Amino acid sequence: MAERLLKNISTRGLKNAVKGSEYRREAAISYAILIIGFIVLQAGAAAGMIGHNLQGQFVPICCYISLAVSLNLVVGISGELSLGHAGFMAVGAFSGILMSRIMGFHMSFEPAIIITSMLFAAFMAAVAGFIIGIPILGLRGDYLAIVTLAFGEIIRNIMNVLYFGLDDGKLRFAFNHTIDGLDNNERIITGAIGATGTKTMASFTWGLLLCLFTVFVVLNIKNSKQGRAIMSIRDNRIAAESIGLDVRKYKLMAFVISAALAGMAGCLFGLNYSTLVPLKFNFNTSVLILVFVVLGGVGNIWGGIIAAAVLTILPETFRQFADYRMLTYAVVLILVMIFTYNPAINARVKSVVNKIKIKKPGGKDKKTGKEAA
Amino acid sequence: MKKTWNKVVVVALSCMMAFALAACGGGSGDAGDDVIKLGNTGPLTGPAAIYGQAVDNGGKLAVEEINAANPDGLQLAWQAEDDEADGEKAVNAYNKLMDDGMDVFIGSTTSGSCVAASEKAFEDRVFELTPSASQVAVTEGKDNVFQLCFSDPNQGVAAADYINANMADKTVGVIYNNASDYSAGIYDKFKAEMEAAGKEIAAVEAFADDANTDFQAQINSMKNAGVDLVFLPIYYTPASNILIQADKIGYAPTFFGVDGMDGILTLEGFDTKLAEGVMLLTPFIATAEDEATQNFVKAYKDAYGEEPNQFAADAYDCVYAVYDALNKAGVEASASHEEICDALVGQFAGDFKYSGVTGADMEWNEAGEVNKTPNAMVIENGVYVPVK
Amino acid sequence: MNFLTNLISGLSLGSVYAIIALGYTMVYGISKMLNFAHGDVIMIGGYMSFVMTQYVGMNGWLALLVAIVVCTVLGILIERLAYRPLRGTGSLAVLITAIGVSYFLQNMALLIWGANPKMFTSLFKGMSPIHAAGGQLTITPESLFTIAANIVIMIVLTLFVSKTKAGKAMRAVSEDNGAAQLMGINVNQSISLTFAIGSGLAAVAGVLMCSAYPVLMPTTGAMPGIKAFTAAVFGGIGSIPGAMIGGLILGIIEIFSRAYISTELSDAIVFACLIIVLLVKPTGLLGKKVSEKV
Repeated sequence: MAERLLKNISTRGLKNAVKGSEYRREAAISYAILIIGFIVLQAGAAAGMIGHNLQGQFVPICCYISLAVSLNLVVGISGELSLGHAGFMAVGAFSGILMSRIMGFHMSFEPAIIITSMLFAAFMAAVAGFIIGIPILGLRGDYLAIVTLAFGEIIRNIMNVLYFGLDDGKLRFAFNHTIDGLDNNERIITGAIGATGTKTMASFTWGLLLCLFTVFVVLNIKNSKQGRAIMSIRDNRIAAESIGLDVRKYKLMAFVISAALAGMAGCLFGLNYSTLVPLKFNFNTSVLILVFVVLGGVGNIWGGIIAAAVLTILPETFRQFADYRMLTYAVVLILVMIFTYNPAINARVKSVVNKIKIKKPGGKDKKTGKEAA
Repeated sequence: MKKTWNKVVVVALSCMMAFALAACGGGSGDAGDDVIKLGNTGPLTGPAAIYGQAVDNGGKLAVEEINAANPDGLQLAWQAEDDEADGEKAVNAYNKLMDDGMDVFIGSTTSGSCVAASEKAFEDRVFELTPSASQVAVTEGKDNVFQLCFSDPNQGVAAADYINANMADKTVGVIYNNASDYSAGIYDKFKAEMEAAGKEIAAVEAFADDANTDFQAQINSMKNAGVDLVFLPIYYTPASNILIQADKIGYAPTFFGVDGMDGILTLEGFDTKLAEGVMLLTPFIATAEDEATQNFVKAYKDAYGEEPNQFAADAYDCVYAVYDALNKAGVEASASHEEICDALVGQFAGDFKYSGVTGADMEWNEAGEVNKTPNAMVIENGVYVPVK
Repeated sequence: MNFLTNLISGLSLGSVYAIIALGYTMVYGISKMLNFAHGDVIMIGGYMSFVMTQYVGMNGWLALLVAIVVCTVLGILIERLAYRPLRGTGSLAVLITAIGVSYFLQNMALLIWGANPKMFTSLFKGMSPIHAAGGQLTITPESLFTIAANIVIMIVLTLFVSKTKAGKAMRAVSEDNGAAQLMGINVNQSISLTFAIGSGLAAVAGVLMCSAYPVLMPTTGAMPGIKAFTAAVFGGIGSIPGAMIGGLILGIIEIFSRAYISTELSDAIVFACLIIVLLVKPTGLLGKKVSEKV
């Protein structure tokens, strides 16, 4: 019944009237940031204005953007706290690397290898998301957070005892045991040593495509019948249940799609480095992605994009502080959180902003438009 | 309204980013043509900071000594960047060094990050000599990447051979860190070599990276299997914990370590009596009698107020070895990093030899691995003594 | 006999988790926030005690007292400076701030005490272990004291929360912040007190933990912090007896899975058990079922 209700709303054109403009605005800003950012950075790199340090971060930034946007689907749109996003990234990264090595044995057409690896990574991460999604369906709030945290740690722990090798084109697998008789270059994943000898195929263009795809998927879900169902569950679970929405189904859907997208990002990340250790995907990485989401504004897609990019670059720019680098990062993180969310400071800014807006005619319309969001 | 304020913050952050861009831009190519700039990436923060900081200290010390001793010769500069023992950050740090005009890369300190960074060094044609990244994948397939430390397989094989040759009657057990590439790498080869020699490992237990935890289960497993020689291919921090906990339950087998065990005697607050009888294969001994080691240890203590560990010694040797090779090859300070790379590869892949504090007459093979003999040491009365 | 040895190891490790988990659970109960910096307060407690014994030459027990005082003040300061400005803005913002505080404490410790690990001198140095069953079973004084401390803390805390005025105020605030304020309870004071108690306990946990497992590094508190957080959820977050039971069970599962299943996968097993428990009891072992208002 609820689905029919939602469908009715959209057929009546209410969707476009109420949500459409907001949706188009968010989409336009998100795509514009990505594409303009890409063009500016590519041009800068081509003109030799951007150093190695920043150029080397292009691909990871794209991966983190994609991770932040996909986590936003769970944290922002579905309203559940997840502390294990790095786990899905790990599943995607290692299965993607595995697929790229197997395909690389038979062919050398890189775009095909990358696309297949990413799809495989998305599939494996989705399976992981489905498996972990089932127990979390009955959980609320912080209990859900701890289960995702536990899941992230389990994945990392299991990766430490998995061994994969490629023996003359055939995949070999071992548990807690080195594969005998393989040369180093035939090993793909060696337990805690992780994946070595990965052919680095990722490029900024692939990164952009990944970001665009992720944003496209997430924005479309947000603006779909299912998306509105998910958000209605977030805003009032009981009301949503009372009109017959299948809460479990929609929650699981958001979780699995988010996992699949994280897997794709993990895959591209994995293909950007010749080596990748399971330790990379620990609790800290999950938290890092969550920081992007919160700082960008929960549920705000383009905010997450900017936060991911800025917070990836920020620690690099702090290198001049030498020993005080990470300390500075911590202080900045705390201060930014307080300044962004403190009610008193917010109120002051509000009054200042209002003063400016009174002076400028037309500012008021913009403001009301925003508050409708 | 919150969103508006968010936007203000976002704009402010974007401005910072713009600054970052400005800071990152420019400065490419070989800056400072009058010196050869050595770069290093290592974990200066985080759980592995001790290794990264030791390498930074050791390298810096060597550069200062060289510059002071050769005012008219080739001058060096040293720059270490933090990589948090993470491959991604190591590539960032490496790129930062390239932006700052690095000429020679004194490797990443830890293996995982070094594999990622050396891939870049190979592409960019920067000569790399890593002090302490011991994985085979670091040098594999890269003609311009060399190791100054033993590779993991060499250590595992050397330990197994030594045990089989000298302590064949012992029942062997292993406790290793299965979340560490270093430890798992040595253990893999140790196991293979023991199997090849037809010797059984009575008990194998692992722990996952958390150095400060309860090892009773692992120790009891060793005890119950009747193990009287425990091989510990791990760093000295968890090893010290294992020694203390074994002592508490009165279990006293022979503990046998590898180069990561060095440093256990200088742990602040550690009761060195517990390390009595611990054996280890190590290329560097801070208490060695030779003049080079004594000078190094004294200079290091004066500069940093603590005993150098093997990482510091490796970095110290790296700088001196590179300096020797640069002089042998007749490299000018104005040379580009590609020219320096070719000259140094010619030396290291050729018949260049170097004697330092971590070994005499070190030689390198084409694969980039070093050839030096590890010393079997035993701890007696709180000092290392060569095993007779 | 092995079983008994492992059980004692498990109880001892579990007691450490339990004491840390108490801090998590009390803070969660009253301010509904996950204080991820709690693990790092343990580390600071360990370092303070180390500094006092090694550099100042204090007696171990006196040093413990100093560590408790320092951590208590630190806990109040953290709450006042980092968490209070964000009160009432949703748990996510505070969560991220807590993580920022955690980074801050770790890096501060790295700058002050350096990366070199310190070996902690056991508080019970000089006491000899108890041997039983003909030398088969060894009980270290560390295990004994940790388990005893856990029980004492647990009893005192339960009495404090249920009998004293301040304790009742804390309970009232955690039940309903607004109503408590209306009844004239000073909410700020109650929350500060909770942080003070939690952080003081963290110092105790730090000293006990480092006595048993003596390696002290800037990251020493991180993993026990996560495990204790898990323990708190295991027992039902917000519940004081739950934290103790959760901690003990977690410690026992960890040691037993190492001893009887696999040392490689012990962490995975611990976390898998947690997931299974939450599947059966979605609010933890002793967690309250919160009825939803429509």
